[in-house]
Amino acid sequence: MNSTNLTTADGVPLKTSLRRAQRRHRLKAVLLVTPLFAFLLVAFVLPIMDMLTRSVDNPEVITYMPQTAEALIAWNGDGLPGEAVFAAAAHDLAKGSRERTIGHVASRLNYEKGGMRSLVMKTARKAKKWESGPYRELILAADKRWREPDVWLLIKRQSAPYTLSYFLSALDLRHGSDGSIESKPAHMKIYVDLFMRTLWMSALITALCLLLGYPVAFLLATLPMRQANLLMILVLLPFWTSMLVRTTTWIAILQSQGVLNDLFVWTGLIDDANRIQMIYNKTGTIIAMTHILLPFMILPLYSVMKTIPPSYMRAARSMGATAFTAFRRVYFPQTLTGIGAGSILVFILSIGYYITPALVGGQSGRFITNFIAYHMQQSLNWGLAAAIGSLLLGVVIALYMLYNRLIGIDNMKLG
Amino acid sequence: MAPPPYATGPERLWHYAFRLLCGLIFVFLIGPILVIIPLSFNAEPYFTFTKAMIEFDPEGYSLRWYEDFFTSQAWLGAIKNSFIVAFFSTILATGLGTLAALGMSSRHMPWRVPIMAVLISPMIVPLIISAAGMFFFFSKYHLTQTYLGVILAHTALGLPFVVITVTATLTGFNHSLTRAAASLGASPARAFFKVVLPLVTPGVISGALFAFIASFDEVVVVLFIAGPEQRTIPIQMWSGIREQISPTILAVATLLVAISIGLLTVLELLRRRGERLRGLTPG
Amino acid sequence: MRNLLASLGVAALGCLVSAAAQADTLNIVSWGGAYTESQNKAYHEPWSKKTGDKIINVDKAQAGLAGLRAQVQAGNVTWDLVDMLPSEAQIACDEGLIDIIDHDAVLAAAPDGTPASKDFIPGSLGECYVSQIVYSNIVAFNADMFPGKKPSSIADVFDLAGFPGKRSLQKKPVNNLEWALMADGVPADKVYEALGTEAGVKRAFAKLDTIKDNVIWWEEGAQPPQLLADKEVAFASAYNGRIFNAAVNEKQPFQIIWDAQVFELDGWVVPKGKLAKVRSYLKFATDTQRLADQAKYISYGPARASSAALVSTHAVTGIDMKPHMPTYGPNFKTALHKDDEFWADHLDELTERFNAWLAK
Repeated sequence: MNSTNLTTADGVPLKTSLRRAQRRHRLKAVLLVTPLFAFLLVAFVLPIMDMLTRSVDNPEVITYMPQTAEALIAWNGDGLPGEAVFAAAAHDLAKGSRERTIGHVASRLNYEKGGMRSLVMKTARKAKKWESGPYRELILAADKRWREPDVWLLIKRQSAPYTLSYFLSALDLRHGSDGSIESKPAHMKIYVDLFMRTLWMSALITALCLLLGYPVAFLLATLPMRQANLLMILVLLPFWTSMLVRTTTWIAILQSQGVLNDLFVWTGLIDDANRIQMIYNKTGTIIAMTHILLPFMILPLYSVMKTIPPSYMRAARSMGATAFTAFRRVYFPQTLTGIGAGSILVFILSIGYYITPALVGGQSGRFITNFIAYHMQQSLNWGLAAAIGSLLLGVVIALYMLYNRLIGIDNMKLG
Repeated sequence: MAPPPYATGPERLWHYAFRLLCGLIFVFLIGPILVIIPLSFNAEPYFTFTKAMIEFDPEGYSLRWYEDFFTSQAWLGAIKNSFIVAFFSTILATGLGTLAALGMSSRHMPWRVPIMAVLISPMIVPLIISAAGMFFFFSKYHLTQTYLGVILAHTALGLPFVVITVTATLTGFNHSLTRAAASLGASPARAFFKVVLPLVTPGVISGALFAFIASFDEVVVVLFIAGPEQRTIPIQMWSGIREQISPTILAVATLLVAISIGLLTVLELLRRRGERLRGLTPG
Repeated sequence: MRNLLASLGVAALGCLVSAAAQADTLNIVSWGGAYTESQNKAYHEPWSKKTGDKIINVDKAQAGLAGLRAQVQAGNVTWDLVDMLPSEAQIACDEGLIDIIDHDAVLAAAPDGTPASKDFIPGSLGECYVSQIVYSNIVAFNADMFPGKKPSSIADVFDLAGFPGKRSLQKKPVNNLEWALMADGVPADKVYEALGTEAGVKRAFAKLDTIKDNVIWWEEGAQPPQLLADKEVAFASAYNGRIFNAAVNEKQPFQIIWDAQVFELDGWVVPKGKLAKVRSYLKFATDTQRLADQAKYISYGPARASSAALVSTHAVTGIDMKPHMPTYGPNFKTALHKDDEFWADHLDELTERFNAWLAK
C-alpha cells in the first residue's frame, strides 16, 4: 500500500494534515510557555547577566577621566608620563571636582591601592584653581605621590573599559607593579580559604543529611502507606516552616543560656561556669543547616525508594542472602539515583545559603555568600561582590548540569 | 509493624534499634519546632524554661509577647506587607506557571530540557546572587523600594514551585481524555475547563501554596530590594535576631508554625483527593 | 525587541508606583535603638506635632552609603534625610550623592543671632554635611564581673590575666587598631602616624592577636549592651550613649573606661534632590534648642556651642548629664579624635586585611 495516497475526509493528504496538526500543537505549547519564559528573562535572567557584567565592568576612570585615559594610551609605562598626560589629568580632575563626579574615580582607584582616594580628591580640589600649565609641575607639587610611576601605571591599567582585577581579588591574586599577576601576601588572603571552607562544610552538611535522611526515607518507603503518611507529616512540617523560624529556634536551643545548656547544667553534665559554646561558630552552622536541608534529602530519596518493589528484597532473602547482603547488593544500588539527586540538591542549596550562616555562624561558620552580602552592603565594592558571585554561580551551574545529566530536571519533585 | 516472621534474633534486635534510630531523627526534625511553642508563652524575658514553667505554675506563663506583637505598629505593618506581596506574587506565579506547565507537558514542546532548566533556575541559583542581580537591574528601572519590584522578584522565585508541581500532576495525565472530550464534541475551551482543569487543580493549588510560602518566608531578596515601606515579617525577624532576640520573635515564630501547619493540612487533603481521583487509596 | 518592550513596560509601571508615594512622609535613616529614640523624642515628635508630617524611622544607617549610591544611581531616591558619619559623608559628597548645604542659608542662627557657621563647633560642618552630636567609641565593662579591682585603662582591656573574660569588639578595623596601639603604649597623638606604616599596622594586629580568641565580634550598635547584660562578655566596645542608656534607664551595672576614647561627629546629609523637601525639617532639627533637647535623652554632646549651655539633666531620672558627656574634662584627658582622612584612604585596604586576619 502506498501511504502517500492516504487522505483525510476533506481530501488533504494525511501526511500533510498530520504535519499541520503537529505544527499547531507545537505552536500551542510554545505559546503557553512564552509568557513565563519572557517574564523570567526580564525579572530573573537579565538581572543575573547584569550582575555578571559588573564583575568585569570598569567604567569609572574612562567615564570620568576620559582625556587622561586617552592620553595614557600613548604612554609606554616607562618613568613618568609626559606633559600631555599631566595636562589631560589636570583638566579631568578640575572638571570632575566641579561636577562632583571625581569621587567615583577616587573610590575605584582606592580599591586597588590605599591612599588613592585622598590623592585624587586633594589634587582635584587644587586643580579647580589652576588656569595654565605646565601641569606636570603643578601636579607633582600638589602631592609627591604623583612622582611614583606605579600610580600612573595603576590609572593606565584602570582606564580600560573592562578589567580582570575584581576576579583577581576574588581569587586572592593581584597585578604586580610590572603588570604581571601575582599572589597576594599571606596576610591579605581570604577568599580562596572561604571558598574551600564553604565547599567542605557543605559537603559535611550533605553527608550528615544523607546519614540522617537515608534511614528515615527507608522507613517511610517500607511502612504501610497509612503509617508512612502520618510520619511524612513530621518531615513536611519542618519543610514548610519558615527557615528564619528554624534558625531562631536553634539559637534558643544552642546558645549558652539556652535550652540545651540549661539541660546539661540541670542534669549535672556540666557546671554552670563551663557552658558549651555550640552556636556562633562552625557547630552552629552545621547543626542548623543540617536541620533545614534534611527534608530536601529525605524527599528525593523517598520518591526513589517508593518505586522499588519489596518483592526484590524478599526474593534475595528467599535465595539465601542475609538481610545485610540483600540490602547491600539488591536494595542499595537501586537507591543510588535518589542519593545522587538528594546530595546534589542539598549541596547546591548549602553552598548558596546566606541567612543561617550569617545568623548562627559567628566568625568561623561563615560562608562565601556572607562576603557577597558584605561587599554589596558594607564595603560597597560591587565589582568584587559580582566577581565572587560569578565564581559561586559557576560552581552552582556546573552542579546543576551534573544533576540534569544524572537525574534529569524533569524528575524534580516537591514532597 | 512487627519484624517479618522469618527474621533471626539479631535481625529482630536490629529491627528495633533501627526504629529507635529513626525515632531519634524524627525528634531532631520536629523537636526544635515544638520547643519554641511553650517558650513563646514564657512570662520572663528568657529563652529557656523557667522553674515556674516546668512546675506548670500558671504564673510562669503569659501572653505578653503575643500582646507585644499584636500591639506593635512595626509588626502589624510587616504582616500587612507580607500578605500583600505574597498574595500578588502567588497569583502571578500560579497563572504564568500553570500555563507554562501545560505547554511543557505537551510532547510537542521543542527544547524541553533547556527551557525547563531555565524555568527551574530561580530555585537553584543562590538567593544572594539573585538578590544582587535584581538589586542592580531593578534599580535601573526604578523598581527597587517599590511593592511592584518585590512582587515581581517573588513571582520569579515562586515560579519553579508552580511549574514543578503542576508538571508533576500532568505527567500522570492521560491525554486521550482531552481527545475523547473533543471527539464527543467539546470545544477546546470546554474540554480544558471540564476535563483538564479539575484534574490539575490539586497540583495548581499545591503549587500556589508553595509559591505563597516561598514569598512569605523570603528574606534575602527583600533585604536587598525593598524599601522602608515594604518591610515584611521575615525582615522584621531578621533585624530582631541580629540585634537582640526578644521573646516576641518566638511568639511570631509560633504563629508562623501555626500557619505552616494550616498550609500543610490543606496540602495533605489535596493529596488524598488526588489519590482518590486516580484510584489510589491509602492502604 | 520583546525584551525591550517588556523592560519599557516594567519601567513605566515602576514610575507609576513611585509617583504614588505620599508627599508629607519623611523617611529618615538613622542608627536605631536608643539613638533613634533620642531623635524621636527631641526632633521627630515635636516636628510631627507642629506640622502633622509623618516620620518613618529607617534603621539602615549602617549601610547608609550603599543605600544612597543605589538610590541615586537608580534615580529613585526614597530616603529624605540620612544620619551619617563625616568620613562617609565626605565620600558621598565627592560622588555627588548628596546635596550641598549652604549652612547660613539653611540652618537656624543661634538665639543670640550668631550665624550657624560660627555657632557649630569647628570642623562639624562639611560642604554637604551638618553635625548633630559629638559621640565617643569607648570600652565598657560589667562591674558585677569584677568584684575586686576594676579595670580603668585601655591596657586593662588587653590584659587577659589581670581581667579575665570575653571581650566584644566591633567587627571592623576602625577603633580597634587605634586601641591596640594605645594599649601597647603609643601616645594618642602618634597613633595615626604609626598606622600609616607597615610596622605600625603589624604592631596593632599583633596586639589584637593577644586577645583574638577571647573576642566576640558585634555588628549592630544594640548588641554590646545586650552582651554585657547577659554576661556573655566582660568588656564591650560601644557608643558611649548606648552604655549610658543601659546604665541609667535600665539600671545595668555598666561602667565606661574613658581612657583612650575615640571621639567623632555624627550628623545629617540630604540625599540628592531632597533639600527642598527636608529644608524646614532640617532647620528645625538642628536648631539650638533641639540639639540641647537631644542631650536630655542620650549622653552625646551637642554640636552647637549655643546648645552646650542648655544641656542640663536627664529627662527621666533627672541626673546631671554633664559628667556623662565625652567632652567632660576628666573624661577627655586621653581622648583621640578619629582621623577621617586617614580612614577614607585606608579603610578599604585595612578592612580587607582585618577580614583576612579574622578568617585565619
